[in-house]
Amino acid sequence: MTVLYKLAASLILCASLAAAKEITVAAAADMSSALPLLVEAYTKKTGQTVKLSFGASGNLTNQIRNGAPFDVFFSADEEYPQQLIAEGLAAKGTLYRYAVGRLVLWVPSDSPLDLSKLGIKALLDPSVKKISIANPATAPYGRAAAATLRHFGIYDQVSSRLVVGENISQAAQFVESGNAQAGLIALSHALAPAMKDKGRYWTVPLDAYPTLNQAAVVLSKSKQPDAARRFIDFLRTPEAASLLTSYGFSLPAEKHVSGERTK
Amino acid sequence: MNWEAFWLTVRLAALVSTLLIAIGIPIAYWLTYSRWRWKFMVEAAVALPIVLPPTVLGFYVLVGLGSRGPLGRWWESLTGHTLAFTFEGLVIGSLLYSLPFAVQPFAASFGAVDRKLLHASASLGHSPVQTFRRIVLPLSKAGLVTGFALSFAHTLGEFGVVLMVGGNIPGVTRTISIDIYDQVQTANYSSANQTALVLLIISFVVLSVVYGVNRRPWVVGPWR
Repeated sequence: MTVLYKLAASLILCASLAAAKEITVAAAADMSSALPLLVEAYTKKTGQTVKLSFGASGNLTNQIRNGAPFDVFFSADEEYPQQLIAEGLAAKGTLYRYAVGRLVLWVPSDSPLDLSKLGIKALLDPSVKKISIANPATAPYGRAAAATLRHFGIYDQVSSRLVVGENISQAAQFVESGNAQAGLIALSHALAPAMKDKGRYWTVPLDAYPTLNQAAVVLSKSKQPDAARRFIDFLRTPEAASLLTSYGFSLPAEKHVSGERTK
Repeated sequence: MNWEAFWLTVRLAALVSTLLIAIGIPIAYWLTYSRWRWKFMVEAAVALPIVLPPTVLGFYVLVGLGSRGPLGRWWESLTGHTLAFTFEGLVIGSLLYSLPFAVQPFAASFGAVDRKLLHASASLGHSPVQTFRRIVLPLSKAGLVTGFALSFAHTLGEFGVVLMVGGNIPGVTRTISIDIYDQVQTANYSSANQTALVLLIISFVVLSVVYGVNRRPWVVGPWR
């Protein structure tokens, strides 16, 4: 009995020691390929370990509102961190716009559609029976997709063929697996190793949807705000920036960074 | 309360539990009376969905029934569309998902029928099919109701498989549990509350029926 008790106690101790060092990051699903690489580089450099949770930004926001124990939140839409700041759940001075996300129209390699010629009109082709998008209610890329379809005036024509992924990763998986014939997904997914050689994409022009400003923020509940903040600061390094660029995230214009950040 | 999702789910559950009566009875019959030495493996396979994570089932359904899987291609050549993101796809996923909840009560009640009655029936010249229809089935009423009700309730609450293969299409694949999930994710708690309460009540009623049927003293069944 005592042996068991000691074992349990030491396990709990180990767990709490590890937790004291590690920071936990909730991140938008469009970062699911790039962020693990950023973390790997960061851990190598600093020894700081980082645990990652991915989901739709809206879902993560809701989890944070309900007390999820995250230190940092990477959102695909700056609006969510702004809401959390307004609610006192995130630290205002730590908000950092690290990139702009891009939406692409993606089709599998075996698709007959010529995207460079058709652009968004490819979605009107009868061979496209299902179009995957992320859930507009919770995923910024879903909202961008809906806005894009409205911008080009084809929303009503395609709405009956939309299938909705729970987050942008699931939307990408629907079209990657061939279950949807086209998808409006994140450029970061299209460029990720898992999908890069499996299809073609057409980049949706930026004026078709509200800009997807990606922003990170330290959460008020974090027990190690300094470690959390240092991780966000790492995003400003050239090393992190070049990795983000290679995944299709365009970097924030300088005026955004200096003009809207409060420190 | 999203009534479209509610009726869609009721339709799905009713269809699946009805189909499972048709599919489950022969399987349960075979499981009860077969003396094949490897029968236990079939029993294990039938029971799999009880312990299998819904994501595993969802993954296989999505890949197997998708446009790149053999079954999915066959279905596509037949109907012109894939099974993923359709009501039919949910029906197939739910049939697998709820199979043991029908077959196990069926088999248990068949097995509880006194073999002497079967021998008597056979010696009076009835074929096995006649014996099954006139002796076993009437004596297994409680098991049949239980299997129907449990598979109905289980399908009603299905979430993981639907999330993975449904595509959240209103009126087609957006079931009540997906609707609750969406309501919670968008912090729409009052709507989630209403819907959750309705599901809670239905689940309670269904289970009350199951336990009620099985405690009736004049029913010869495995549950007292």
